[in-house]
Amino acid sequence: MNAEHPQPALLVNPAQRIFKVARRNFVDPEIFKAEKEKIFDRSWLYLGHSSELPKPGDFVTRKVAGRGILFTRDSKGQLRALLNTCPHRGAQVCRERKGNAKSFQCFYHGWVFGADGKLRSQPGEASYPEGFKGRDTSNMQPVPRFETYRDFNFISFDGNIMPLVDYLAGAKEYLDVICDQTDAGMSIVAGSQEYSIRANWKLLTENSIDGYHAATTHATYFDILMSSTDNLATGMGGGGYGYDLGNGHAVLEYGAPWGRPVAQWIPGWGEAGKSEIERIYDNLVQRHGEARAERIARKNRNLFIFPNLVVNDIMALTVRTYFPMAPDYMVINAWALAPNDESAWARKYRLNNFLEFLGPGGFATPDDAEALEHCQRGFENSKEALWNDISKGMGKEKPHHDDELQMRAFWTQWNKQMFPAPASGIKSVAA
Amino acid sequence: MQSVTRTDVEDFLFNEAELLDQWRLPEWLTLFTEDARYEVPCTDLPTDASSDTNLFYIADDRMRLGERVKRLMKRTAHAEFPHSKTSRIVGNVRIHARHADEIDVTSVFQTLRTKDGVTDLYFGTNKYRLALRDDGFRIREKRCLLGGEGLRPSGRISIVL
Repeated sequence: MNAEHPQPALLVNPAQRIFKVARRNFVDPEIFKAEKEKIFDRSWLYLGHSSELPKPGDFVTRKVAGRGILFTRDSKGQLRALLNTCPHRGAQVCRERKGNAKSFQCFYHGWVFGADGKLRSQPGEASYPEGFKGRDTSNMQPVPRFETYRDFNFISFDGNIMPLVDYLAGAKEYLDVICDQTDAGMSIVAGSQEYSIRANWKLLTENSIDGYHAATTHATYFDILMSSTDNLATGMGGGGYGYDLGNGHAVLEYGAPWGRPVAQWIPGWGEAGKSEIERIYDNLVQRHGEARAERIARKNRNLFIFPNLVVNDIMALTVRTYFPMAPDYMVINAWALAPNDESAWARKYRLNNFLEFLGPGGFATPDDAEALEHCQRGFENSKEALWNDISKGMGKEKPHHDDELQMRAFWTQWNKQMFPAPASGIKSVAA
Repeated sequence: MQSVTRTDVEDFLFNEAELLDQWRLPEWLTLFTEDARYEVPCTDLPTDASSDTNLFYIADDRMRLGERVKRLMKRTAHAEFPHSKTSRIVGNVRIHARHADEIDVTSVFQTLRTKDGVTDLYFGTNKYRLALRDDGFRIREKRCLLGGEGLRPSGRISIVL
């Protein structure tokens, strides 16, 4: 498809420090169609966190890359990811968003399945051959691949995809740093933020790992932060770096002036908060040593896992995934993640922190959405104004967190999957 | 307190809606008590969920509500610059309980918001605890229970619901 297109998807020239992304990639229906097959059908996609299904029989239904998935914990306690469609005639089997069930009955003809997807019974069994129930084809079908890393559950529709741990590449170590905040495990806090942005999904990928936009896009948030903290001087400016983690994953890691429930105190949290934060910090030092404890507690991480998972370890801990519905429309699901052994005080401040900055009712995310939507509007001119520039920090030995290395890592992998054989006109794909 | 009628409450709520539609937010803020809360829970939570232990869309105490108003009046609140146009319809107003110094009220709302050629609909129920003062009501608590599932396609709550 692209081979016949006169314009390449990326324009890269490391020697001249040029990295341009065709705006067509955000608007072209052909690109949108190809992404379904070449990106979303060939990646590991986040499904949910193990803590969402604490007990046997717990389930949630969730849409992942356009497929309805039934995510369950079966009677033996094993997590399952099933395609939510009846093997008989295709109806969606489970129509509830979440709950606990011993079995699932398709209401169309009454077939009943266990939480493991196995057919238990069907009306009129006598009219089926003996052994019908024992056939694999009589069961709800599992997703082609389902693997878990530190309670983060992923699925893939590509049966031949590499194992999840290999796919995660350098992102694995960052997930470890995040999960090592506690040795009591982490849980998703009840309450899902489900929203949408009228923009291409890749704009949210870029925005989630963009340390460059904060000062201007989030000016009002920093006004408020300035009035509630006195250490803004340590701020967003020079305190961090961006890293390419391989396979399209990327991260920025940096210091910031906001309070972190694990574990950076701010004056707004008072003396009671101070002793609590010190206790958490001392505990980290005991378990991990001073250097790693300092990194876990005082550094912030915006971690991106290709193609559509963001784990932000910032003033709160968020898990965010998003899916394209049209070239100019995406849906987003976001959750708060928190240590299981957190005090009521810390949990309250964590959620308070989360809502101040994050989410569609916060003081920052709506302005991100506005920016993305206005990029999408700007792309109306993409036939004449062809290129986005993401060259900031190119050629630096160690790009800063407000450079654009992270985006180059994403786009390089995107391009590799979209156009596996170098298409004519693409000069280079190196980041 | 016993003499408060539904019409009194309606007048108060219609006035609140008008202040919001006219972006007179500093004036709107004076409708709240000093210990007020304004909350919008996520739509997959029970209606009485606590924002101390559950993730909401919005959980403002009076101080943050003040910051919200200050923010929305700035040019740098990009999501609302220029200000969207809104039209709020408030109805089905009911007084559910009368206490010594406050009443419990619910109303349903439908709010249309237009910006940059796109119109979105927000709808649901507002639950109020209204304190009675010598000069009228003050809002001690406003909990906005969104109808529908999530925020799609409206996407955000950059206005006050």
